[in-house]
Amino acid sequence: MSEKKIIEDRSLILNRRAFLGKSALGIGGVALGSLLGVSCYRKDKNGLLMADSGAGGIQGILNSLHHNAKVKRVIYLFQSGGPSQLELFDYKPTLNKRRGEDLPESIRNGQRLTGMTSGQDSFPLVGSQFGFNQYGKSGAWISDLLPYTAKMVDDICIIKSMYTEAINHDPAVTFFQTGSQQPGRPSIGSWLSYGLGSENENLPAFTVLLSRGSGRPNGQPLYTRLWGNGFLHSLHQGVQFRAAKDPVLYLNDPEGTTKRTKRAMLDQLAELNDQHYQKSGDPEIQSRIAQYEMAYRMQTSVPEVMNTEKEPDYIYKMYGADAKIPGTFAANCLLARRLAEQNVRFIQLYHMGWDQHDNLPNAIEKQAKDVDQASAALIADLKQRGMLEDTLVVWGGEFGRTNYSQGLLTDTDYGRDHHPRCFTMWMAGGGIKPGMVYGETDEFGYNIVKNPVHVHDFQATMLHQLGIDHEKLIYKYQGRRFRLTDVEGHLVKDILA
Amino acid sequence: MSLRFYRSPLLRPHIKLALFIALLTASCNTDTQSGRLVSVNENTKTLPEVVDFTFDVKPILSDRCFKCHGPDKNAIEGDLSLFTAEDAYKALGEQKDHFAIVPKDTEQSTLVERIYSEDTNLQMPPPESNLDLSDYEKALLTKWVEQGAEFKPHWAFSPPVLPEVPEKKDDWGTNEIDYFIYAKLQQNGLAPSEKAAPEKLLRRISFDLTGLPPTAAQLEHFLNDNSEDALEKHIDALLASIDHAEHMAAEWMDIARYADTHGYQDDFERIMWPWRDWVIHAFKENLPYDEFVTYQLAGDLLPNATMEQILATGFNRNHKITGEAGVIPEEYRTEYVADRTNTLGTAFLGLTLECARCHDHKYDPVSQEEHFELFSFFNNVPEVGLMPSLDAIPEPYITVSEKDANGILDFINFQKSPLKEVPVMVMKEMEKPRQSFILDRGAYDRPTTEVFPKTPEAVLPYAEEHPKNRLGLAQWLFEKEHPLTARVAVNRLWQRMFGTGIVSTSNDFGNQGALPTHPDLLDYLALKFQNEGWNINEMLKYIALSDTYQQSTTVTPELLEKDPENKLLARAPRLRLSAEMIRDQALAVSGLLNKEVGGPSVKPYQPEGIWEETTGGGGGSTASYIQSTGEDLYRKSLYTFWKRTVPPPNMMTFDASSRDICSVKRQETNTPLQALVLLNDPQVIEASRVLALNALTTQEQSIEAQITYVFQRATSRLPSPSELESLSKYYDAMLAQVQEEEVRPEDYLKIGTYEVPEAIDKKVLAALSLTSHTILNLDETITKG
Repeated sequence: MSEKKIIEDRSLILNRRAFLGKSALGIGGVALGSLLGVSCYRKDKNGLLMADSGAGGIQGILNSLHHNAKVKRVIYLFQSGGPSQLELFDYKPTLNKRRGEDLPESIRNGQRLTGMTSGQDSFPLVGSQFGFNQYGKSGAWISDLLPYTAKMVDDICIIKSMYTEAINHDPAVTFFQTGSQQPGRPSIGSWLSYGLGSENENLPAFTVLLSRGSGRPNGQPLYTRLWGNGFLHSLHQGVQFRAAKDPVLYLNDPEGTTKRTKRAMLDQLAELNDQHYQKSGDPEIQSRIAQYEMAYRMQTSVPEVMNTEKEPDYIYKMYGADAKIPGTFAANCLLARRLAEQNVRFIQLYHMGWDQHDNLPNAIEKQAKDVDQASAALIADLKQRGMLEDTLVVWGGEFGRTNYSQGLLTDTDYGRDHHPRCFTMWMAGGGIKPGMVYGETDEFGYNIVKNPVHVHDFQATMLHQLGIDHEKLIYKYQGRRFRLTDVEGHLVKDILA
Repeated sequence: MSLRFYRSPLLRPHIKLALFIALLTASCNTDTQSGRLVSVNENTKTLPEVVDFTFDVKPILSDRCFKCHGPDKNAIEGDLSLFTAEDAYKALGEQKDHFAIVPKDTEQSTLVERIYSEDTNLQMPPPESNLDLSDYEKALLTKWVEQGAEFKPHWAFSPPVLPEVPEKKDDWGTNEIDYFIYAKLQQNGLAPSEKAAPEKLLRRISFDLTGLPPTAAQLEHFLNDNSEDALEKHIDALLASIDHAEHMAAEWMDIARYADTHGYQDDFERIMWPWRDWVIHAFKENLPYDEFVTYQLAGDLLPNATMEQILATGFNRNHKITGEAGVIPEEYRTEYVADRTNTLGTAFLGLTLECARCHDHKYDPVSQEEHFELFSFFNNVPEVGLMPSLDAIPEPYITVSEKDANGILDFINFQKSPLKEVPVMVMKEMEKPRQSFILDRGAYDRPTTEVFPKTPEAVLPYAEEHPKNRLGLAQWLFEKEHPLTARVAVNRLWQRMFGTGIVSTSNDFGNQGALPTHPDLLDYLALKFQNEGWNINEMLKYIALSDTYQQSTTVTPELLEKDPENKLLARAPRLRLSAEMIRDQALAVSGLLNKEVGGPSVKPYQPEGIWEETTGGGGGSTASYIQSTGEDLYRKSLYTFWKRTVPPPNMMTFDASSRDICSVKRQETNTPLQALVLLNDPQVIEASRVLALNALTTQEQSIEAQITYVFQRATSRLPSPSELESLSKYYDAMLAQVQEEEVRPEDYLKIGTYEVPEAIDKKVLAALSLTSHTILNLDETITKG
């Protein structure tokens, strides 16, 4: 938008307001919001003025997509802590056969170890304590720990050949969410909000939901920078939706006041701010008025979307008993579907507790139970609403786990350390081949032998499905062009339908 | 694919056409070099008569060509570098028979051909780079070749030269700043704005110098002081105040990436607040900038170093430190050294040194070797990469005791410290320096060639007489001939007063950084700062006394069109308050503000559960948030406890730095979440109530007087009659809501902890509090003035 156009629009707004008279300010949020639609422009970090789309929501930086998009939105079910691929998806009978034997040096092949096992005298191989069977047309092997996932294998694409460079949680999670191990870069959702904007003028484009696993209740922590906007405009930051009194921080009206009080306050503010704008001429004031209206709309739209009371019983049955307990993974999956229905661009869940260094068999059983039914229900629910076609669902953690036991291997107990060289994720939805198992690891479940997929490849593929060429969604900061995939990343074409 | 430059026998027709257009358009241009800084629409932009390398050409070469044809020797494609004239003019190809640039000969210059080529194998930049050139840029490069393809050294690497000060004209201006500004305004057909209203000016100066709004008494005194030097006296008083020192320290916390926790994973608490107290003290004493920086970089290496000087080196221990079980210690120790190196670059040199860690810098003359030579200055600390235990303070540290705080370190506020002595991390030099190496791809486990302390040649060679340690590095920074130190520092002082630096990229003075809008003024200020004793307060005063600074912020459609980004300063910028200022103002105008200085950080209101919901159960004292009580709730925001992995949300919403790394400039955004904070944060509501209560008890005569009292404190001016009328009606409407029980005073008046006296009429107070709450939300209230 040229400066001239902005000025013209501004006078248009002023004329329209003059025409409608002061009372226009009192009609309420929606009216004022749309009245201000075209004048709600803002400056991005490069000093460029950007126009609000006017039709609701915020326009992204991309004028057009780089290619046709398969999906409009993403639901990312992040499994924080590093789920063991060996107990869940990557069936390795050899490890059961050779249980207790030392990991051959030829297989380890120089892999650096974390400080937690680098001092161990031996690396005793250990197979899954849980059984595996083949399911669906694809014949994918799925663990007994995931009975619900097993039933929907033909809807998902299982990637067994993920790998990363990081061997510790903080850098590994940061890497997955921002494309860099060191903090400070924008999160995936922020990139999407920046690139594609939002399609809902009442909700943020990037929302975050947290849940705590029962496998290891005091598992690894999370950090708010994981959903931070980095150097992008803070409009693109992830907004946490919480199972708390304030579903979004500072959302609730003060105690002892009502919506009518708030409406009167906003009208008063708009009137005085506008008076001041007439004198000072700073367009930022108009933008401020519009932001207050967006806040007001969020005060209605957030509780609305968070209120699942009216969901029918059969839905609760699908998602499982936990879905009625706010703040659980199941409840968050149900919310994810509701947010998807509202066209929220990027819905990020974090489920903590997968970091099973010891007592793994016991902990992973509980942890799998937390997520199995609800993850499968989410896919089925989206499918029955015709939404799986334009939604991408992702399930996975920041790295995998070792094929040898951390600590003492006993008849019933073992643990597993972090393993970056191979782990499993799945993707489902628009444009991803359903019922596919992609990539292979060796018989020890230690190295990838076919079709490796790097973190940046996964990110490039995710962006591709949204119509974005990962090399072209860039932001210039400190003299350098940044992108989510840094200087790497290849599209994984094989898994695209 | 490797792309070679090759020479085609014929210049293609479209190139000729473009050249023709370029030459044609040139004749329409009457601009002078210095007048070309305002961004204008490219379609209507005319080519300058004389193309200037620094202002016109280099920004394009750097941004679009240097990636493959720049200073990174290992990334050079087609054997061509455009970094220096020598490289750019040389013969290319196996036969040495063609040239990228032949000065004054566009036909022989393959550069011209290649930028116009439509053949994707030849086109420059190549399509796969996702970079391109606009028609204007192509014409500009062509004209530059045509005019002789002159190269000039990068402006920021030549020492500042005292420029000629433009003459004072039209009786406008108080000091040299104004003469520089006026000259450029005139060249662009613009005139400065009138002086800001005195109350607005006082508000602006108060926020810029102290971070607080003027008090009612200050306003009254100032508005009634007709003496010639009224403003100067007032500025002197502000600069001498402890508020000023605290305000300066607040900015330094971002630069120094100060926090109260270690920053990774479970994010345990650390004790660095005695260092923060030293920063406040240093600003209070107006310690000259050269000493201020030298103490922090190398205080421990000064002859007979005092405890204060050693404490100051905590600056370089403020980086994050990991305690995550299982990390490889050397990997993280390397990160800490890298962080110090990058901080040196961002804070003092205005260079993105981090870009030369994995390879030679793509845009600036800093090689990977030079990066690691700088790295080696900071690599000799007897430290470990992984915290030995989660609640231990990592070595090296000094122990600061209550006794010290009562003696030689009397600027440390120990009163609230739960411990009699606290360990504070500082720098220390190993007896035998650790060996430093170039790290291949920057990786800790891939050392290659050994390196020794040295600084980048292109900036300023490292003189023999400097010791090869951090003290020598500090001496190098403050050498008279240093091209960057003074410019970078003075630019940041300018940024503090105008929101944007003369170089808008205050962290990057390199080839990819912005060019100075007023290069001569920048040099003038840099030399003044350097020659007059690096006196920070004097420089701030000098800027504050300029007419440029004192202009009104009013913007007309004409100004908005001609200079939308206000680069030429035909008006004062209208700036939002910082996160700290917004909260501190609410506390100050309500009288809640507790002005205690220094000491352990405090925990004001924060939404329940946000530490708890992300913790892994570790973190010790940072696992759950235990809110402060009593007066500690109302300390300045500078003292708010900073947990890096979950920083205070109300401050982050207003663009505070996360303190993960050194940051010299914050964003200034406008978002719905900011509205939610101001509407619903208990601190704002409580402050609104106390402000209303004060109005009620001191202005008994009328509601208008009460509203005026509140309005003036929030905006530093009196309400206009229409504003007062509107607010009075609003007050009536609120009172009606109270009477209709839409508003319940018993709940609304209980938010926060400040209790309302029994005798007060709760209905009236509730209505006035809502009015006050509204006034604290005004755009003008969160704006400087």
